[in-house]
This record gives sequence, structure tokens and C-alpha cells, in this order.
Amino acid sequence: MATEAHAEGATGYIIHHLTPLHVGEGFWTLHLDTLFFSAALGGLFIWFFKSAAEKATSGVPNLVQSFAEMLIEFVDQQVKDSFHGHSKLIAPLALTIFCWIFLWNFMDLFPVDILPLVGSMMGLEYLRVVPSTDLNATFAMSISVFCLIIFYSIKIKGPWGFAKELMFQPFGPWLLPFNLLLKLVEEIAKPISLALRLFGNLYAGELIFILIALLPWYLQPVLSFPWAIFHILIITLQAFIFMVLTIVYLSMAHEDH
Amino acid sequence: MSINATLIGQMITFTLLVWFTMKYIWPPLFDSLEERRKKIADGLAAAEKGQENMHLAEKKAKNVIKEAKNQSAEIVNQAQKRANELIEESKDLGKKEGDRMILAAKAQIEQEIHQARENLRQEVAALAFSAAEKILGAEIDKAKHHDIISKVSNQLG
Repeated sequence: MATEAHAEGATGYIIHHLTPLHVGEGFWTLHLDTLFFSAALGGLFIWFFKSAAEKATSGVPNLVQSFAEMLIEFVDQQVKDSFHGHSKLIAPLALTIFCWIFLWNFMDLFPVDILPLVGSMMGLEYLRVVPSTDLNATFAMSISVFCLIIFYSIKIKGPWGFAKELMFQPFGPWLLPFNLLLKLVEEIAKPISLALRLFGNLYAGELIFILIALLPWYLQPVLSFPWAIFHILIITLQAFIFMVLTIVYLSMAHEDH
Repeated sequence: MSINATLIGQMITFTLLVWFTMKYIWPPLFDSLEERRKKIADGLAAAEKGQENMHLAEKKAKNVIKEAKNQSAEIVNQAQKRANELIEESKDLGKKEGDRMILAAKAQIEQEIHQARENLRQEVAALAFSAAEKILGAEIDKAKHHDIISKVSNQLG
């Protein structure tokens, strides 16, 4: 990463934009920009909803509460549509996922050079502002969801029930190794597909913004304006997909055969 | 593009966010939503009930008005009947009074006729006597001939 930092021209520009601000070596590297921006956006999310929740009234709601309630009803509807059990966790989890990912993705709509420019004024060599273009961020979320899937599978079905499901489905006990392989792939594919889908979409989107930024100035608005509008759809859609799949996976974990 | 310790940091942040949402954000907002839903449902039910009550009251009022109309018609009828009766009564009374007056008048006439006849008789008797006196040329002693006089007078009557 840091090795290409001094490359010149278009390639250098792109690589510079895609390099995170980092400290440490090897596995113990920390992407400070990802950590900072996701925590800040998480704080924004918490602050907004907390201020709505503190003044929550069953009477006439103010604007903040109305907006928060709109999101809550939306998420609750999604949860009710696919999850039929009773869980205190799933709906707040889905709300957090949706809002947090949306805010991450929203960072993509800032012009690609503005925040890195501010960063360089403050002496930061690199700054990658969109947390969802960092595999660590998307995998952290999908692995957390995966842990919850495993936890609930075992909790609802019991260890033996879960093991039975892994071994005897879908083809019965005679094809046990094949079943096991199939099921393991299926389970492991869940977090990987969740993380890679979000990462891929946002990384590609960011890359296209960077490429547009390389064009002459008079061409940039012509291209970046439609792409930004299209991106508004994408960032919402990706947040929505991640949330809905999380709900679906967790409701599958709750279903006892 | 490598997976590193950032993953752990992100997982911790995510866990904290989810915990906070679950504990402090979802319940109050969701409760307020539910409460408002209940309030609205109650309000609608109350409105429906009010409407129903209004319909009932309207019906009742109509009945009352109808009854009042009936009663007033009855009262008018009775009054008319009473008036007719009064008229009949007074007619009867008038007729009776008239009859009585006619009878009294007739009696008086009778009496007057009688009186006139009596007077006439007496006059005729006096006349007869005076004529008889002249014819006889002598005085008739009224005391002596009282019997004759009254006989004649009776015959004349």
C-alpha cells in the first residue's frame, strides 16, 4: 500500500485515493480513517436517534421524532415481513445496520478530493473517507452477523439440532459428508457475500468518482452529476440489501425443522 | 486491501452501536409509536361511537317530535269537540229559554184575554142592567136582586 504512494500521474492519484490512513504493521495494522469515520457516523446515528428517543411522545411528534419513527416503522415492517418469531435484538440490529451502512455509503457522495484535502492540511498523508470501501468494515459487520446466526442457530435448535441440520439436510443421512460440505459452504457464503457485495459496490462507485475526477474540469460535472444521482439509489439499496439479508438469515436461524 | 486489526475495532464499534440501539433507542421510540397507534384507534372508536349515539339521539328526537305532534293534534281535536259540545249546549239552552219565554207570553196573553173578557162581561152586564132599568122604569135594588144579577152576569160570561 504505502509502497506505491510515490507513484506519479493518474495511477498515483488513484492509488493515493484508495490508500487508507494506517498505523502498525502486518495484521496489527489499524486503518485510522475507517475507524474514525465509522465511529463518527455511528455517533451521528446514535445522537440523532437518542435525541428523538429522549423526547419521544405518543402525542404530536416533532420533525426529528417523525423522521426517526418513519425509519423505525420501515425497519419494523421489513422485520415483520420475514421474521415471525419474537426477538428483542433483530429489529434494533436491522435499524443499526441500515442507518450505519447508509451513512458510510453517504460519505461517497462528498467530492472525492475535499476531505482528503482537509486531511492533508491537517498533516494526514492519506484519507479514505468511505468506510464501506474498506473490507475490514464490511467484514466486521458481516462476521458479527454470522456470529449471531451461529449463536441463534444453536440457541433455538440446540447444539445437536443444529449439527443434525448441518449433517442430514438436504439429502438425508446417507449423503452425510456431502450434506455437511454443502451446508458449511452455504453458511460461510453468507458473511462473505454480505461483505463483498457491499464492498464491491461501493469500491467500484468510489473508483468511478475518482476516474471522473481525473477528467478535464468541464467534463466532470456532466459525468459526476448523473453518477452521483445514480449513486444515491445504490447507497440506499446496498444498505437495504444488507439489512434485509441479515433479517432473512437470522429468521432462518430461528426456524426449527 | 488486507484484512487486519481494523476488523476487530469495527466489530467492537458495531457491537456497541447495536447494544446502544437495542437498549436506549428502539424501545422508547417503538413504544411511543405503539401508544400513538392505540390512541388513534381509541379515538376512531370513540368517534364511531359518538356518531352512533348521535344517530340514536336523532331517532329519539324524531320520535319525541312525532309524539308531540300527535298529542297536539289530539288536543286540538278535543278542543274542537268541546267547542261543538258547547255550541250544542248553548243552542239547547237558548231553545229552552225561548220556549219558556213563549209559554210565559202565551200565559200572559191568555190572562189578558181573560181580563178583557171579564171587563167586557162586566161592562155588558152593567149595560144590560142599565138597559133593563130603563125598560122596567124602576130601580132595581141591587141588594134585593142580587141573585138575579149574578145569575145573569154568569150567563153573560
